[in-house]
Amino acid sequence: MPTMLEVTGLNHRYGKGDGAHVAVRELSFSVDAGELACIVGPSGCGKSTLLRCIAGLIPPTGGSVRLHGDEVSGVPDDLAVVFQDYSRSLFPWLTVARNVEFPLRWRKLSKQERAERAQEALDAVGLSGVGKKFPWQLSGGMQQRVSIARALASKPALLIMDEPFASVDAQTRFELEDLLRRVQREQQSTILLVTHDIDESVYLGDRVLVLSKSPATIVADLAVDLPAERDQIATRESAKFVTLRGEVARLLQTGPAAPATTEEASDEVTAAADAAEWAATEEEAAETGGATKEARH
Amino acid sequence: MRSLYRNLAGLIGFFLIWEGAVRVGLVPELFVPPPSEVLSTTAQLLGQEPFIRDVIATVLAWAIALGISIAIAVPAGLLLGSIAWLRTATRAIVEFLRPIPSVALIPLVLLVVGGGPEAKITLAVYAAVWPILFNTIYALAEIDPVLMDTARACGTSRARMLTSVALPHAAPFVFTGIRMSAAIALILVVSTEYVAGASSGLGNFILEASSGGTNMDQVLAGTVVAGVIGYLINDGLERVGRRMFRWNEAVGEAAK
Repeated sequence: MPTMLEVTGLNHRYGKGDGAHVAVRELSFSVDAGELACIVGPSGCGKSTLLRCIAGLIPPTGGSVRLHGDEVSGVPDDLAVVFQDYSRSLFPWLTVARNVEFPLRWRKLSKQERAERAQEALDAVGLSGVGKKFPWQLSGGMQQRVSIARALASKPALLIMDEPFASVDAQTRFELEDLLRRVQREQQSTILLVTHDIDESVYLGDRVLVLSKSPATIVADLAVDLPAERDQIATRESAKFVTLRGEVARLLQTGPAAPATTEEASDEVTAAADAAEWAATEEEAAETGGATKEARH
Repeated sequence: MRSLYRNLAGLIGFFLIWEGAVRVGLVPELFVPPPSEVLSTTAQLLGQEPFIRDVIATVLAWAIALGISIAIAVPAGLLLGSIAWLRTATRAIVEFLRPIPSVALIPLVLLVVGGGPEAKITLAVYAAVWPILFNTIYALAEIDPVLMDTARACGTSRARMLTSVALPHAAPFVFTGIRMSAAIALILVVSTEYVAGASSGLGNFILEASSGGTNMDQVLAGTVVAGVIGYLINDGLERVGRRMFRWNEAVGEAAK
């Protein structure tokens, strides 16, 4: 399989001088076409920063990202992102169908082609009849399906998913995981999915990349040799799955940073680190926004 | 439909209390004629051409003033809302101008633009610009960064971001501002007609009827008509808003 995504020596630092916060350090990996790669890392390890760099939403301070051989600078045309928070990522003023059509707006397609592609994508995620509804009229799980359909409609070379199932209930989460695996195989999509859930990374992935605590580096790159056809109960019971998830968990725990003594304490630490990362991300966004505006004047 | 009946019930109740208070003698009939008299005067006036001319003059001035306010405040709000340094640079002057009561500007406006309809339109615009301006600025500040990222990840360019994300997001906020401004503009038009002695309009009609103090039925009839115009404007805008912003969760729930 040809390489779809190639990340080489990626670095990202927020701020300058002594106050600088290094979110990503010397990170390299690649994803082959048609592969579903999961990145799993502790909360606040810099996953969101990594994804934003790969998606071209922020320019990394060092290293390079290549999508099918082309250097990424700015958001590539054939890339789609599914965010965790579906309620903030769907356009509330557009119907479901128009939301799904959104990435096709700027493409040279006839109105009919656009509508057909949107309908196909909605069919693929099992939402055939809701095109005319508005997002708020759907349940959370259905809204996230709409986000996935929107990403599929643009037929992206790479689909990036940032904790896509972290905001839905457990039952819906299982449904959406199976849906994603099915759609990925049907459409031969290349997917890079970030999660903090060890089980999810093993269940979904063809490969699991384990990240260290902040600053993010790759600790391990594991092939998941489970059968392609997975089952929420049988697969999770299988010896291979249990071994793999144990391995991932161990790798996460014995990362470079000192292991926390109690679970509670580690939760607090990661929550604080998470908040710091988000604050930094938003600051950065404001900064880059300001910079481009000034450049235009 | 049911809410309409409830609204009417409140109104009829109000008229009954008014009628009763006058008949019992709680208020002197000379100064506050009973609603039966006021309403019949209103009906008579509505059949007279000069009065209709006054109503048209007021409504026309209101419509022009609101149109100008929108044309000024929406672009200005978009500009101030999206360019941070411009917003900072204008904050002091905006906060200085905003609290000035429009009525205080009447002498200045009369001198500069004269006593014609331009005067009331200018003052109404001055007062009506603020709600629209502030709601537009506020709306732009409220755009969710995740939504912006989503649009960017969908390949939306910076220039298209304004039309495809910022404007539709801001529209309901701007519309609320317009509704607030519509009421303010009407108040300003009628009071300027009254205070500045315009040659036409409802305010002028009320002023003329009140001189001498014996035509209180006409004064109140003019007031009732002004109130009805305000009610119709607000109700009409509410309907338009419900139709336009059906996608809005709150609006959608309310329309059920």
